[in-house]
Amino acid sequence: MVPVVSAISAVLISVGLVWGFFFTPEDYRMGASVKIIYLHVPSATMAINIWVMMLVTSLVWLVRRHHVSALAAKAAAPIGIVMTLIALFTGAVWGNPIWGTYWAWDPRLTSFMILFLFYLGYMALWAAIEDADTAADLTSVLCIVGSVFAVLSRYAFNFWGQGLHQGASLSLDKEENVSDVFWQPLVLSLVGFGVLFLALVLIRTRTEIRLRRAGALEARGASRHA
Amino acid sequence: MPDLGKYGFEVLSAYGFSLVLMAGLIWLTWRASRAAVRRLEAAEAQSDEH
Repeated sequence: MVPVVSAISAVLISVGLVWGFFFTPEDYRMGASVKIIYLHVPSATMAINIWVMMLVTSLVWLVRRHHVSALAAKAAAPIGIVMTLIALFTGAVWGNPIWGTYWAWDPRLTSFMILFLFYLGYMALWAAIEDADTAADLTSVLCIVGSVFAVLSRYAFNFWGQGLHQGASLSLDKEENVSDVFWQPLVLSLVGFGVLFLALVLIRTRTEIRLRRAGALEARGASRHA
Repeated sequence: MPDLGKYGFEVLSAYGFSLVLMAGLIWLTWRASRAAVRRLEAAEAQSDEH
């Protein structure tokens, strides 16, 4: 399954980015800088959705004590932080020529920066605690708290209706949605990022399971020798 | 190569940074997966000896 999912993600991302970069026109206001949308929107969307996935798997761990769900959340975090970094960087380099600044303490940008710090804290907490079940418990609680900022990152514009950042680029409302010429490669890229996440989280979760099993076997061998 | 006009630096740096980060993530994921397979095989082999 993983090779097929990986191949699909490679095709979707390649086609989406090549189409967007080489074969779409300039925006009448933003010029060629609009080409950053094919990276910025998918990475920002994934950064938020990955945290939501981690929230669901963390709740499954807390309620059902299902070890694979805790490991899936742990496996997803590095992918989420990379997506957050890409969204922050592409947003900053896009914002500078359009807004006249790389950064502003806008509600949406600020909540996104806090989400990035939560990703950092989440990974640090997993690394800092030796007992796996305790680490899973504490990181799950952190994940629940951080979910506030995942939601704020998505809906800050709707809550406050102010700041430099615009509302959603993709919307069912025709007035809000980006024009069709940008929409098609953007959706391809967005789906490609989603499928890439699926491939990576499958591989990383399997890696965590193998490490857990190897650790158990090594501990059993050590206790035999003792 | 499309004409990026005055936004060349912004667009190219966004694409460069993102692709390098994504390639790094994929490489680290693959490397960690290979290392986990080797460690598990070694642990299983040692466990079978006993």
